[in-house]
Amino acid sequence: MKHAEEYRDGRLARALAARIARAAAPAARYHFMEFCGGHTHAIARYGIEDLLPGNVRLIHGPGCPVCVLPVGRIDAAIRLAERAEVTLCSYGDLMRVPGSRGTSLLRAKAAGADIRMVYSTLDALRIAEAEPKREVVFFAIGFETTTPPTALAIRLAADKKLKNFTVFCNHVLTPSAIQNILESPDLRELGCVRIDGFIGPAHVSTVIGAEPYAFFAKEFEKAVVIAGFEPLDVMQSILMLINQVNEGRHEVENQYGRAVRRQGNERAKADVAEIFELRKSFEWRGLGVVPYSGLRLKSSYAAFDTERRFGIESVSTSDNVACECGAILRGAKRPTDCKLFGTVCTPETPMGSCMVSAEGACAAHWAYGRFRDRAREVS
Amino acid sequence: MSVSGDDSIIRVGRVDFGGVVKEINLAYTPEAQRGDYVLVHVGFALAVIDEVEAQRTLAYLREIAALDVAHADTAP
Amino acid sequence: MIPKTYRRKLDIRNGRVELSHGAGGRAMTHLIADIFYEALDNPWLRRGNDQAAFDVAGGRMVMTTDAYVVSPLFFPGGDIGALAVHGTINDVAMAGAQPLYLSASFILEEGLALADLKRIADSMGAAARTAGVPIITGDTKVVERGKADGVFISTTGIGVVPVGLDLSADKARPGDRVILSGTIGDHGVAVMSRRQNLSFETEILSDTAALHDLVAGMVEAGCRSLRVMRDPTRGGLAATLNELAQQSGIGFRVSEEAVPVKREVAAACELLGLDPLYVANEGKLVAVVAPDAAEAVLAAMRAHPLGREAAIIGEAAADEHRFVQMTTAFGGGRVVDWLSGEQLPRIC
Repeated sequence: MKHAEEYRDGRLARALAARIARAAAPAARYHFMEFCGGHTHAIARYGIEDLLPGNVRLIHGPGCPVCVLPVGRIDAAIRLAERAEVTLCSYGDLMRVPGSRGTSLLRAKAAGADIRMVYSTLDALRIAEAEPKREVVFFAIGFETTTPPTALAIRLAADKKLKNFTVFCNHVLTPSAIQNILESPDLRELGCVRIDGFIGPAHVSTVIGAEPYAFFAKEFEKAVVIAGFEPLDVMQSILMLINQVNEGRHEVENQYGRAVRRQGNERAKADVAEIFELRKSFEWRGLGVVPYSGLRLKSSYAAFDTERRFGIESVSTSDNVACECGAILRGAKRPTDCKLFGTVCTPETPMGSCMVSAEGACAAHWAYGRFRDRAREVS
Repeated sequence: MSVSGDDSIIRVGRVDFGGVVKEINLAYTPEAQRGDYVLVHVGFALAVIDEVEAQRTLAYLREIAALDVAHADTAP
Repeated sequence: MIPKTYRRKLDIRNGRVELSHGAGGRAMTHLIADIFYEALDNPWLRRGNDQAAFDVAGGRMVMTTDAYVVSPLFFPGGDIGALAVHGTINDVAMAGAQPLYLSASFILEEGLALADLKRIADSMGAAARTAGVPIITGDTKVVERGKADGVFISTTGIGVVPVGLDLSADKARPGDRVILSGTIGDHGVAVMSRRQNLSFETEILSDTAALHDLVAGMVEAGCRSLRVMRDPTRGGLAATLNELAQQSGIGFRVSEEAVPVKREVAAACELLGLDPLYVANEGKLVAVVAPDAAEAVLAAMRAHPLGREAAIIGEAAADEHRFVQMTTAFGGGRVVDWLSGEQLPRIC
């Protein structure tokens, strides 16, 4: 497929790896955080870490929207789905996320709740149109990439004057996540986490553009390179980040020029601004409460807001005490630092969100990277 | 591959993913025309791929590969 | 005047399965005659007994059974009937055995269109005839609407193993080569392309096929150097490699570039967020072969229509952790783990 295969060429990968090895100053250590589910997945699936020198370390940040969705919201969704009149529509990733007490959407479905997996918001809308007697609830999650599709579905629902379609909105904002991490005690005071730069998210940036990152680059003096999600894109971006650090620069560079424009996607941004507004605060699994980080529907669209229609109360529920998802999402710990990893917590029996989503750091490590742990143990 | 529908928010394209064809909503890429490549996410096209930029990236990558070969040849 | 015996033929065009078709009475006899006997016709069925008798050659026999519950019933390249015949023949063949006979048992849902049932039965008859393995006995039950997904089919197969051949999953040894008979992911994607909510236009056909003829050639070429064969159905190639690794107490080292995947299948998987390694196949096999015979077995496979794209994809290695490791086309390494739960499309 054009515009995909060229960026997976093994020969070019080796060349880039050699260039990176030469660029990385031997005495220096580089730490780069990515917070894009697509990047976490690509890095694991293509084994990119094997091609990097030992002093360049990649940290997985909170780029997986499934992972940062608080338990209370999953529980609320399950409760909704258990209502006889409700048809809950959800993206595939959410189906196995553990709620409290071992529940999940998949388990609720097995017990009889009308839960349907959809590929797109428009599928949910189609169901609402086809089945007017059902109360269709779309479980909306995601960063800025999935928000415009939700906005469009709501616009269409409004145009068609649908009475049985609402959205359970859990959309969150990327810059807020970055800020939260950069301001966290781990980073600022304790020095547990060192971040020299960010690999900027691929899809999110096509919507929000390059501008929002300028603030972080300047204020926190971090290098930022927006990267495509193919493996060569990631490697080229790492090279660009190393160069920035070596040269003492902290700018926003765009490696993904073929899809990301500086101003992003104006139409998408406009649609989102029309329908959504900021919540004063929103709880993130692992990060706690983060101010101005989540979206909800404006009152003019109240008719399509699940929370208003059903009076949802979100209860703050904590994860298993030993679960280190929070620290892992912030980049303070690695999956292997968590006592539950590989023992109680496995892909079949996930305890926390990092293991459930294919893009979670723990799931990615389990699925692709465990053989490196063994190698390290031996040597 | 083909675009149908006038109303901008339900403008739909048939997109070829390397042999698999699916209908994708083009509301957020109003400038997309037949023959363009688009970035798709959850059934929506979010960006039209800029060919010029793409070529620039590929050229850079290939240059690195060529230089690497040269470097390897001259390495001690 | 004595009226001639008259029996109205089943209305296959518009009729549906009713509970009376499973009650053991006249309706059931007619259903079996007009649909099953008609489609599967052979000397045993013509005798109309509850069992089928046949002579046994001396030696070692294998027996296998499987149930088929695929939805939808019809998909590009095949249907539940073809699967039921090919799948069980293949399980017999994986032991290196020559398949002899099949039995078939049907659980029909009240309301299933007779036209669909006939299509399925005809498909099974054709598959059995092409493979040279007749369905010699069977059973039919009908359950109420909603208690079965159209139809569930269970088939049992028997075969005879060549003298001296003892293939088993615990026989792989470090250094053995792993050979895959062809492209992976075709069947799973073909089925998904027909499912609701995941529809897309595609030319991908299920690879459902009977492999016993291909296997016969492999057994001849490889003899005692063949360790084990398995067909990667549910869970895909990944599941099969992990199963064999576990049972033999070894690991595998596989090369991604060597694993054949059709371009359209790769594209569909990418679109849906699936990994072809985990997608079901119904006409492929994995063989573990001692190094001395690997090339000969590969050549025998490539000479057969069902093995044209056969390839050596890796080898067994000593590994106390029993990891299946893959070198990606990109150059890095990754583990190929078991499938967790049901493969859900990655969206975000």
